[in-house]
Amino acid sequence: MTVFVPVPKSPGANRGLILGIALGPDAGGGASAQPAPFTPNAFIRIATDGRVTFTIPKSEMGQGVYTALPMLIAEELGCAWESITVEPAPVESRYNHTRWQMMNTGGSSSTWSEWDRLSLAGATAREMLVAAAAKTWKVDKKNCNVENGKIISSDGRSLKFGELAETAAQMEVPRNVRLKDPKDRKILGKPRLCLDNPAKVNGTALYGIDYREPGMLTAVIARPPVFGGRLKTFDAEKAKQVPDVRDIIPVPAGVAVIATGFAQAEKARKLLKISWDDGGGSGISTEGMRDEYRRLAATPGLVARRDGDPEKAIAAAEMKITAEYEVPFLAHSAMEPLNAAVVPKEGSCDIWVGTQSQTRDRNSAAAVLGLLPEKVRLHTLFLGGGFGRRANPAADFVTQAAEVAKAVRQPVKVIWSREDDMRGGFYRPMWFDRLSAGLDGNKNLVAWQHTIVGQSIMAGTPMAAFIVKDGIDETSVEGARELPYAVPHIRVDLHTTKNPVPVQWWRSVGHSHTAFVVESFLDEIAHAAGKDPLAIRRELLQGMPRHLGVVNLAAGKAGWDTPLPDGRARGIALAESFGSFVAQVAEVSVDTGGNVKVHRVVCAVDCGKYVNPDSIAAQMEGGIVFGLSAALHGEITLKDGKVGQSNFNNYPVLRMPEMPRVEVHIVESSEKPGGIGEPGVPPIAPAVCNAIFSLTGKRVRKLPIRPEMLRAG
Amino acid sequence: MFSLNVNGKKYDVDAESGTPLLWVIRDNLGLTATKYGCGIGQCGACTVLVDGEAVRSCVRAVSTAAGKEITTLEGLSAGRPHPLQAAWIAGNVPQCGYCQPGQIMAAAALLRRIPEPTDEEIDRAMNGNICRCGTYQRIRKAIHAASAMMAEEEK
Repeated sequence: MTVFVPVPKSPGANRGLILGIALGPDAGGGASAQPAPFTPNAFIRIATDGRVTFTIPKSEMGQGVYTALPMLIAEELGCAWESITVEPAPVESRYNHTRWQMMNTGGSSSTWSEWDRLSLAGATAREMLVAAAAKTWKVDKKNCNVENGKIISSDGRSLKFGELAETAAQMEVPRNVRLKDPKDRKILGKPRLCLDNPAKVNGTALYGIDYREPGMLTAVIARPPVFGGRLKTFDAEKAKQVPDVRDIIPVPAGVAVIATGFAQAEKARKLLKISWDDGGGSGISTEGMRDEYRRLAATPGLVARRDGDPEKAIAAAEMKITAEYEVPFLAHSAMEPLNAAVVPKEGSCDIWVGTQSQTRDRNSAAAVLGLLPEKVRLHTLFLGGGFGRRANPAADFVTQAAEVAKAVRQPVKVIWSREDDMRGGFYRPMWFDRLSAGLDGNKNLVAWQHTIVGQSIMAGTPMAAFIVKDGIDETSVEGARELPYAVPHIRVDLHTTKNPVPVQWWRSVGHSHTAFVVESFLDEIAHAAGKDPLAIRRELLQGMPRHLGVVNLAAGKAGWDTPLPDGRARGIALAESFGSFVAQVAEVSVDTGGNVKVHRVVCAVDCGKYVNPDSIAAQMEGGIVFGLSAALHGEITLKDGKVGQSNFNNYPVLRMPEMPRVEVHIVESSEKPGGIGEPGVPPIAPAVCNAIFSLTGKRVRKLPIRPEMLRAG
Repeated sequence: MFSLNVNGKKYDVDAESGTPLLWVIRDNLGLTATKYGCGIGQCGACTVLVDGEAVRSCVRAVSTAAGKEITTLEGLSAGRPHPLQAAWIAGNVPQCGYCQPGQIMAAAALLRRIPEPTDEEIDRAMNGNICRCGTYQRIRKAIHAASAMMAEEEK
């Protein structure tokens, strides 16, 4: 196997652009300051003191890429794990996503998309170190073995990587490098603690919001309360009197208040008197949208999948089941509210930000500042959560910061308050679904119709050209169109609606909605047919071994057939997303007030071959919490165009006492690697709702689950 | 002007009396381990110790903290990692890590009060600290581990 590994023009050529966040044992040491004579490719530098620096082209937002990707390199390189320093890559095309023409972290793609490139980077460097040792000792390369940061000759001599660095730099870059035989792997597939743990528990991990430099000001922006609104006039008389407020100016996003610190800016913003032009958005309400969506759902939309003759099969069915499902808009609400720091300079600019979308953000800022993109140096810091929000198709949080910096011509950090973040749009879309199923005289499922109504995430973005086909946004139907169950007659169709509420990918994207609907409706069919929910899945998944594998593993580990204490029940759900297969069994109880308690979740995941099993467990745990937050609490509503929620008091998320016991079981596999950041989310809502039905006989068809729906009596 | 005692060090701070302690710590003192998450005392990312008690610094006026002993994550341990930090690392607790300074400070206050807490006591004490990445299960386990380490050190 050969993969092109870009080689810099001269060793260390990228050093000037490197941000010195040192991670690991020498945190704070300043990676970029260390001499590194051996720079075999864009991802590895080895210094004479043996320190190995990996330049990682992905953003660390909690998914563990600053550990998993170094594991890929280290496996092949053979360096000592303790010698590794990780640094974020600068924005250069050689660090682009291997499939997309830009730097981006998303789509649960980091591991699979970097597997070959980074393995090759490590193997290439290893071969050059081996060649250097062989040359030094005047022995054949065959007689040189790599072990924990050293090359050891068959006659017992040894040289450390650092000692070989200068000679290795003189070696020719090999073109056809062999990767390790999987049976010789020492690192991949074994649990490893994250390299950035120490920095994250001692407070030295630097997030975008933490970036400071002398003279840097802090700004907040008053934005229109209605999507699509515009500034008419404002009166800053009182606001300007707040001490330490430096300027209050109109910007394209609204009115920017610039002060020495956040508290001062925020205080002044509250004193602004602003008159807004609401545009057409003030007529929007989620209740009104719901009525429109429900009307549309009763009519066929654009066909995304059609097998057999579903209309005829439903008409001829012995038993017909129809149900309507709905899910609300959801905010990402990462713990770190959005922010970006922009430092304009003469003819160039530096940006310090936690982002999932470096290239787009940089280019957008460059356009605002009238600079060539190459003149904007974007430095990636840690992300206090992303969940998709920090890959904004409009680069909103970086663009707005650039607009403020352009106006004040000073270093400035724009911070969104929690309220700004929650009311700023780019939500998971609201969806309404109508499904019908037909069963024959033997209670076999013969027909499935699914009509989906909601906004397109991709329409109007640069991705629309690839992802919207014949009017169908693939992300609107993903998970529904790929229904894995053996049903002879299937129709999945879509109505794409339009309104001014900005929508965006939210951890697991379309699957966050379709898994809930599909897996709940299948459960309805099972009960209507008098079948066990596990049995019907087994029956309909013949020929789908990986789906069936996780269903069986989860059910087995959960003890599906074993009795539970009174007042508890289990539910099961399955979803394939981002190339991985996940089944979850939830064990729940419901009190007389209708409050749901999830006691235990057993999760089985098949993500193909994998890197760090403990990160996989963590991502499953996290996905379950993220999905449970939405299922039990999450809802963004609009009335008269205004968002009804503002902060964690009225947009609650899961807290410690609600945390179920989560057990994760990983399927051993040599299949190609799948994603892991998102696939834990989709099955949890239907698993919980299916358990609730088992327990109460009440079918939850609308999220979030409200106690009113489940109250006894 | 307020005189603050943070992590054993004295600071004279020029701030309005109603300024939240959080922003004085972050913007005036430059100690950025303490995080902003909600501004209304809902998420716990800003948790610091004031005279040993866990306090939401985003809703605590700086004037009411003057003269008291304030501890942020930076001052939790001198030199070597605090047992909570060691347990957090060994348990692979952090994901994005943003809430963890607040989680650790809340846990530190808990263990001062209840050296060997039950799961229920942990749930109650940590209810005010949100983690969007979903590390709750690992936090619970790490608090127990830290508690055991501290009991071992006592011996």
